[in-house]
Amino acid sequence: MNSTYLDEVRDPLLIAEDWMKNGKDVAIATVVETWGSAPRQAGSHLVIDAEGNFHGSVSGGCVEGAVVAEALDVIGSGKAKMLEFGVADETAWQVGLSCGGRIKVYLERLG
Amino acid sequence: MDPYVLKTLNAERRARRAAVLVTDLGDGRDRVVREGDTVAGELGAAIERAFRTGLSGSVEAEGRSFFLNAHLPQPRLVVIGAVHISQALAPMARIAGYPVEIIDPRSAFATPDRFPDVPLHAEWPQDVLARQPLDGYTALAAVTHDPKIDDFALKAALEARCFYVGALGSRKTHAKRVERLLALGAGVEDIARIHSPIGVDIGAASPAEIAVAVLAEVIDAFRSRGLQRKGEAA
Repeated sequence: MNSTYLDEVRDPLLIAEDWMKNGKDVAIATVVETWGSAPRQAGSHLVIDAEGNFHGSVSGGCVEGAVVAEALDVIGSGKAKMLEFGVADETAWQVGLSCGGRIKVYLERLG
Repeated sequence: MDPYVLKTLNAERRARRAAVLVTDLGDGRDRVVREGDTVAGELGAAIERAFRTGLSGSVEAEGRSFFLNAHLPQPRLVVIGAVHISQALAPMARIAGYPVEIIDPRSAFATPDRFPDVPLHAEWPQDVLARQPLDGYTALAAVTHDPKIDDFALKAALEARCFYVGALGSRKTHAKRVERLLALGAGVEDIARIHSPIGVDIGAASPAEIAVAVLAEVIDAFRSRGLQRKGEAA
């Protein structure tokens, strides 16, 4: 029985640690602020490896593609980025939040 | 994120200990703060709030911008007694976000047929709790009415600082229970933490209604951890 109630298969931070142990380069995205109706609360994670594999979520699937693309940059440069998504964003057609909310995502390299 | 910080954070989460990951959004530096660690100033107050509420968020402190990610263990409810009340309590509590495990050495009570989809231990509490210790993010409700089964678990729950400890029984039954727990070496102040008669007073009559009353009391205890209760003196 798993009395910790951690989901070993789907928990993004456990997966990130596992990837790291297997020698992969990893980026971690974290929702740090939300305004209005946002699908994932502050603290939610998306983890990405250098091949573009990812686990977890920072939205209901609306902006994950954009975060994954940025993550490859961050893995390369090692420089953290703050990303903002929302309907007011000029890229709304591609990656806006259809729910009308706004989110701020902190994207950093592991190590 | 620092690889060592990630390892430390995951180790805390696997051990069911609360931790707050503090990230300086200016320079990206991060660290893990454990519950009970002392952090000074505005940042310390914000971290304390994160532990209490379990909410993550950005804070401005000491002229810098931090993100506090609160990792609290999932609260859970251990029920001693595979009785009628538990049959109603298990699904209700699970829906409310408090997964339930049931312990009852009486194998006639603890049957999967009576408790579909509930982790069930037809064993003595001392054996189960030796394998799976209680902790501060666990609630324990003892509802067998049988001192041989309930008493050990109650004392273990007090020692483990379970956020909620409740015991079924009238005031008279509880008075006798207090005597027994004192004889077992439990402290007076600890014993006073036991909720008995069990459940919020809503006039509950049926087993299912008593389950509602118990669940309400568990939620109240969890959401008010570390807060001054209304009407209580300092």
